[in-house]
Amino acid sequence: MNIFLDDAPALVVVLPLLVAAIVAFIPSPRLAWFITIVTLVIHVLLSIELLTSFSSFGAIIYEFGNWPPPWGISFKLDGVNIGLQILFSAFVLIATIYARKIFLSEIEPEDSGKAYSLWLLAIGSLNGIILTNDIFNLFVFLEISALSSISLISLGAGTNRKALLAAFNYLIIGAIGATFYVIGVGFAYAMTGTLNMNDLIIQLTQYSEGQLAIFAGMSFMLIGLMVKSAVFPLHLWLPPAYSYAPSAVSTLFAALATKAILIFFVRILYEVFSIYNDYLILFLDYILLPLSLIAIFVGTIIAIYQDDIKKLLAYSSIAQIGYITLAFSIKDNSGVLAGFVHIFNHALIKGGLFMAVGYLAISLKDRVTLQSIEGYGQKFPITSYALLICGLSLIGLPLTNGFISKLYIFQALYINEMFLTIALVALSSALAVIYFWKIVEKLFFSSKGYKATSEDPAIYIPIWIIAISIIYFGIFSSSIVDFSSIASESLIKGGIN
Amino acid sequence: MILGILTPLFAAFGSYCFKNNVNVRDSFGVLGGIVTFLISLKIFNGLQADEQYVLNLFTLFDGVDFLFNITPLGSIFSLVASSLWILASIYTVGYMRGAAEENQTRFVIFYSIAIHAALAIAWSGNLLMLFIFYEILTFSTFPLVGHKQNSESQAAGRVYLSILVGTSLVLFLPAIFWIWFETGSLNFTSGGILDGKFPTEHLMFLIAMLVFGIGKAAIMPIHRWLPAAMVAPTPVSALLHAVAVVKAGVFSFLMVVVYIIGPDYLLQSKASNWLVWLSSFTILTASIIAISKDDLKARLAYSTISQLSYIILGAALATTFALKGASFHIITHAIGKITLFFCAGAIYVTAHVKKISELGGLGFKTPMIFFAYTLGALSIIGVPPFIGSWSKLFLVIGSLEADFLFVAILLGISSLLNIYYLLQPVFIAFNKKNIKNIKITNAPLTIWPPMITGVGCLLLFFFSNYFLNIINGVVA
Repeated sequence: MNIFLDDAPALVVVLPLLVAAIVAFIPSPRLAWFITIVTLVIHVLLSIELLTSFSSFGAIIYEFGNWPPPWGISFKLDGVNIGLQILFSAFVLIATIYARKIFLSEIEPEDSGKAYSLWLLAIGSLNGIILTNDIFNLFVFLEISALSSISLISLGAGTNRKALLAAFNYLIIGAIGATFYVIGVGFAYAMTGTLNMNDLIIQLTQYSEGQLAIFAGMSFMLIGLMVKSAVFPLHLWLPPAYSYAPSAVSTLFAALATKAILIFFVRILYEVFSIYNDYLILFLDYILLPLSLIAIFVGTIIAIYQDDIKKLLAYSSIAQIGYITLAFSIKDNSGVLAGFVHIFNHALIKGGLFMAVGYLAISLKDRVTLQSIEGYGQKFPITSYALLICGLSLIGLPLTNGFISKLYIFQALYINEMFLTIALVALSSALAVIYFWKIVEKLFFSSKGYKATSEDPAIYIPIWIIAISIIYFGIFSSSIVDFSSIASESLIKGGIN
Repeated sequence: MILGILTPLFAAFGSYCFKNNVNVRDSFGVLGGIVTFLISLKIFNGLQADEQYVLNLFTLFDGVDFLFNITPLGSIFSLVASSLWILASIYTVGYMRGAAEENQTRFVIFYSIAIHAALAIAWSGNLLMLFIFYEILTFSTFPLVGHKQNSESQAAGRVYLSILVGTSLVLFLPAIFWIWFETGSLNFTSGGILDGKFPTEHLMFLIAMLVFGIGKAAIMPIHRWLPAAMVAPTPVSALLHAVAVVKAGVFSFLMVVVYIIGPDYLLQSKASNWLVWLSSFTILTASIIAISKDDLKARLAYSTISQLSYIILGAALATTFALKGASFHIITHAIGKITLFFCAGAIYVTAHVKKISELGGLGFKTPMIFFAYTLGALSIIGVPPFIGSWSKLFLVIGSLEADFLFVAILLGISSLLNIYYLLQPVFIAFNKKNIKNIKITNAPLTIWPPMITGVGCLLLFFFSNYFLNIINGVVA
């Protein structure tokens, strides 16, 4: 047993990948689902084990095959990713419980084994992205996650053929992003001869003056990661991918896919490249900060004009990623803290919203548009009220976790005296009310009278777990804030100036 | 105290459970009103006997708790809101059935939730709590404004929501954050918390963010939502848009001035002098617009905008008498204006007339309504012996105390305008020349509530000491 637990950092990644290979050959949707659930329950237990050992021993570096870095691949579990690991594990379990009925109605039964296999593959690779301590290994996981995501998105073709186009889009843009990233890795490797991040930090100190090759490599890596995490204006793959994928898949992606990559993105920024102060300040102040602000407004405004609700939520995600990168571009503890807080909170909010909309989608057997959901607040009250809670949190009203995000983002901006940005953020949050309220108005205040239909507890219970946790973390925010402050402190030791 | 906050929610829940039995459903409103009124009254008296009403449930984040703490000002507001709720729910029954509105259950439920939010605003112990229930109040009144569900009410509902939520998110909430970042606290403390901790040169901006951010106070140019909200059924206009919602707005601003900024600090800093001008401008402009309105409810709405700025004016002057006047005006205007709205609704139910120009001769057919209307109007104009005269008197003294002579003159002019636009409908109604043949349907439940509040305007004049005791506690 002890051996099993010692390898927990590897198992959280390897286990889903291994089981994926088995599940692919299981024809029965039920059995495939059951095996997936068992795997993910073990996954949660392993994550809890990781948390306990982290809290008693501190950061863990896991060396594969006992090859010491820089030779072997290693995983690192430290303050930066422990919080996300827990959230990830818990969320994928809930999402899988939710996914059973959704897959049943959106995917042909004979494909369901493959669907769960891809599902596990995506989970394993995303978890790898969260944990890896090796820049080339990250590329490998990015590719696994991209391939499994693309296949999952194209499964949406059963309900809408546009899913194929969306998947193809993602394939091309994602491949470009990955290529950029790997070119950057090539530069870094050529200069330093190492791929391990801890080692890279040490090696880079030789080049503390900074050299063009390193800067070029950095730029390539950062741009590649920005494509993958859909930072404006490199976001074009995201809206169609989120909106045409099967509903359960959009839930997983919207909640976690970009977040995992963003975590790695800040790690690269603040941990690896922190010695290049001037470069970083240039990048954060003149590229990331303005892009984030534009993302917030462009995403919000496009969302206002969307009719299709999944697309609306996808564009809102662009804006929300903008809030996260905005917070990360504030070069101190408070900013990074706020970014992490919003990563957690937004994962819950958007996950919950996509879950609720997904349920409406399978009940409609059609696209969920503003017209088609008219009066559905009466028809599906349980789901609709969960959607309402998630939406209120999205616009950041008090007693929901979205408010906590907002509070910390404002605080970070205030400490750094970025008053104009405060005004813009406040304005954008009011704009977000518009697109959210369009949904609410159609759901609850329409003249169409429906009788309440009985809703499926297998679907609405997971949704309500998310909705309740949104309120819980809105009232008792300390756990999320603690995880975020551990993350920001371990990321910015001493801090850059 | 918990009971007081929860009673309206129980009432809402009760109404939902008995949605099939109309009489039981509607009696929950009256019952809830009586219970909350008794509790408010007990608290009101308790505060005068130096009792404390504090309820701290849990901590939200550093220095900000989920806290109820009843201040003297809060007890006044809750007393007004709950007492008028009793009458309003009786009136609602008469009106909604008389006008045969649809979706009455939903209406009754959101009505109760709105009252809950108003009470919680009154009793909240810090600015964030106040903000939370401020938003709940906005959202819970939206279904009431858009009740008719036609395109007109939908458009009005959007204006209502976008202005109120928009201003609160863009200005009010950042202002709250600002106060918290500077002082580390948001608790309502007598004497304020800002003095010495807040950069005085920025106080002006903070006040601007607050007064425009609290859109419910309807100072120009953030007033458009109030006339828009008049498409709602009259019980909503009466209780919510003459008492609960708009009073929540000015109440919030008064709370900020008295318990967050601190009147002394404000007086020293002179940071609110510009607001004296702006609120004076609103008083005058809204009165002039009111004259031009032929729709009775629209006229009353602009009159409300004008009267709300009396309270903002009092807060901006920040002298002892001005604050007394502002606090007192919350009570006097509430009773007076609810009377007028009750009457407007009663006229609509009995005669289906909305326009002032069509009132001709109606006074002879429904004398009771116009009698009550006249009482309410006289009180708002500020004629002794009606309760409204007290608050106006205090405001005039307060403006002289602050060396704003022009404000005193302006208050006089405003009263003259009030006489014109509030009493004109009465004159038309009792003009024998214009008698029209209008069919009258009786709706006694809509007539008695305004009679009671109208007579109340007169009688309470003699019991003003009762309120003044606690108002002195606000200022001290």
